[in-house]
Amino acid sequence: MSSIQEVFQNKKAFIPFITAGDPNLSVTKELLAELEKAGSDLIEIGIPFSDPVAEGPVIEKANERALKAGTTTDKIFDMVLDFRKESAIPLVFLTYVNPVYVYGIEKFSKKCKECDIRLVIVPDVPYEEKNELQSVFSKYDIHLVSLIAPTSENRIRQIARESEGFVYCVSSLGVTGEREKISNDVRYMVREVKQVKEIPCAVGFGISTPEQAKQMAELSDGVIVGSAIVRIIEESGTDCVKKVGQFARKMKEVIS
Amino acid sequence: MKEGRFGIHGGQYIPETLMNTVIELEESYHKYKNDSGFVAELNDLLSNYAGRPSGLYFAKKMTQDLKGAKIYLKREDLNHTGSHKINNVLGQVLLAKKMGKTRVIAETGAGQHGVATATAAALMGLECEVFMGKEDISRQALNVFRMELLGAKEHPVTSGTQTLKDAVNETLREWTARIEDTHYVIGSVVGPHPFPLIVRDFQSVIGKEVRQQMLEKEGKLPDAVIACVGGGSNAIGIFHDFIQEDGVRLIGCEAAGRGIETKDTAATIATGTTGIFHGMKSYFCQDDYGQIAPVYSISAGLDYPGIGPEHSSLYDAGRAEYISVTDDEAVEAFEYLSRTEGIIPAIESAHAVAYARILAKEMDPEQIIVINISGRGDKDVASIAKYKGVNLHE
Repeated sequence: MSSIQEVFQNKKAFIPFITAGDPNLSVTKELLAELEKAGSDLIEIGIPFSDPVAEGPVIEKANERALKAGTTTDKIFDMVLDFRKESAIPLVFLTYVNPVYVYGIEKFSKKCKECDIRLVIVPDVPYEEKNELQSVFSKYDIHLVSLIAPTSENRIRQIARESEGFVYCVSSLGVTGEREKISNDVRYMVREVKQVKEIPCAVGFGISTPEQAKQMAELSDGVIVGSAIVRIIEESGTDCVKKVGQFARKMKEVIS
Repeated sequence: MKEGRFGIHGGQYIPETLMNTVIELEESYHKYKNDSGFVAELNDLLSNYAGRPSGLYFAKKMTQDLKGAKIYLKREDLNHTGSHKINNVLGQVLLAKKMGKTRVIAETGAGQHGVATATAAALMGLECEVFMGKEDISRQALNVFRMELLGAKEHPVTSGTQTLKDAVNETLREWTARIEDTHYVIGSVVGPHPFPLIVRDFQSVIGKEVRQQMLEKEGKLPDAVIACVGGGSNAIGIFHDFIQEDGVRLIGCEAAGRGIETKDTAATIATGTTGIFHGMKSYFCQDDYGQIAPVYSISAGLDYPGIGPEHSSLYDAGRAEYISVTDDEAVEAFEYLSRTEGIIPAIESAHAVAYARILAKEMDPEQIIVINISGRGDKDVASIAKYKGVNLHE
């Protein structure tokens, strides 16, 4: 059994997101350890980009802070490699297509494999453009995670058929960030995906409260929580580790 | 060539949320571009509302002064709203209306595209919101007020470098949040397919007119066509009809800012590398990790870290040349054209004028250069005064 399958095996997965290098890479490494202790099933690590157009203000600012702190893709790989000495928890990278393309898709894939990262999410690469990355990723046993949005409708099955790892269901329109209400389309999205492929579906975008997490976990196989965690990091800076851990434990508890 | 690609450039690198909308836009565009009713309505607007065709003016004094090639000016500055932007906007807003959209959003750098979009929206009865970098708002105050007069809502963008690139980011975000009733009127030949194609088609009226006017006046095609390039819509507009004409040199003038050897530049072809950003593969100013560079130019309209994918492809193929023009050279050309011909060009267009002054001298008197005066310079008067240290009391 691959580690990806274990993530969703017999449970609802809790998937926290943090931006690498926010506030700096040594805190990121501490956060990874803390999130693992808190019961995370998979941790999503954002490789910062100067112009993250799919992000709302909270994660956008985290990207800015990370880059300002001198974070680079190479330094992130070094940090993850270091973290791997103490942990085997499944990790997924989230970044934009340009940092991967300019770094070199082949070189990026090799480094991911060295770090035992088998999943990559690239929100600005839709179905039509995925082959450029996927053809290289697949040589290194890396899955390019497909995203499905509330506007996907007729595209859901086409995307699902060729999906790998898990499917990322975008719960609402717009960019990442906390919301009071999240859309009701999740049930439909998950059902459509499962019609054509038995693949785990995790829900993200806008999930910030335990109530929302619980509700989304009931409809899907896992819950991705980003902005709510990044906000704690923004508010507490280098003192954020314990607070993030507390929040993560609470979220994990309600969805289990 | 794959649909939506120009050589290796172009494509549709956008979030899944936008995909169905972009596909719908492409289908609608293909349907309406050959629809006789749509074409007639657009042509009527272009001639009776925007004032097309724009003149092709023989710049006699400039020609005499430079003692080289004959200089003609394509007067896009005389269009309604003062630039070539109206050509694209009338097409796109009309298309949006046909698609049943009730609201348009746009990014703007110098404010010309924002003003044009606000104008077309007012004319056709659509809601309009414009995103503009805070830095640009302060250097283009007049255009900001024009947009307000036209009934558009202004959104200052405070992220990143607070210029055109960040305005595009924010407009893309807004579109992702509200798709159903909203069309994003992209102002240049950039973004995901089909935008570079749609904007180019709507702007290609410039080159088509130049061909006809040139044949009427000179009985032959020009030897060189020169235009400024940020994203590159006025340049593609004047180039497109001549791409198949090997005898016509196509020259794009990028903003070198304080010089391409400095960090304060926006010259994408001169200093950029291939990347993928704002929905397209193309050349971008960026670092080794693919982080987009904070570019600079005196001209808000050219202050963009990328270039349209068709330009990148023309460059790769060696069909078009791209040269860089500094702030200083552009300002000098701005003043030169004002004094020599009584035409105050947009500071963007002044970049093209600057290179024409050099090139003309290297050419023979029977040869012809056409410069695209993409916009008028009223909007730039205050910032040029500031650049020169003149204190204006507005």
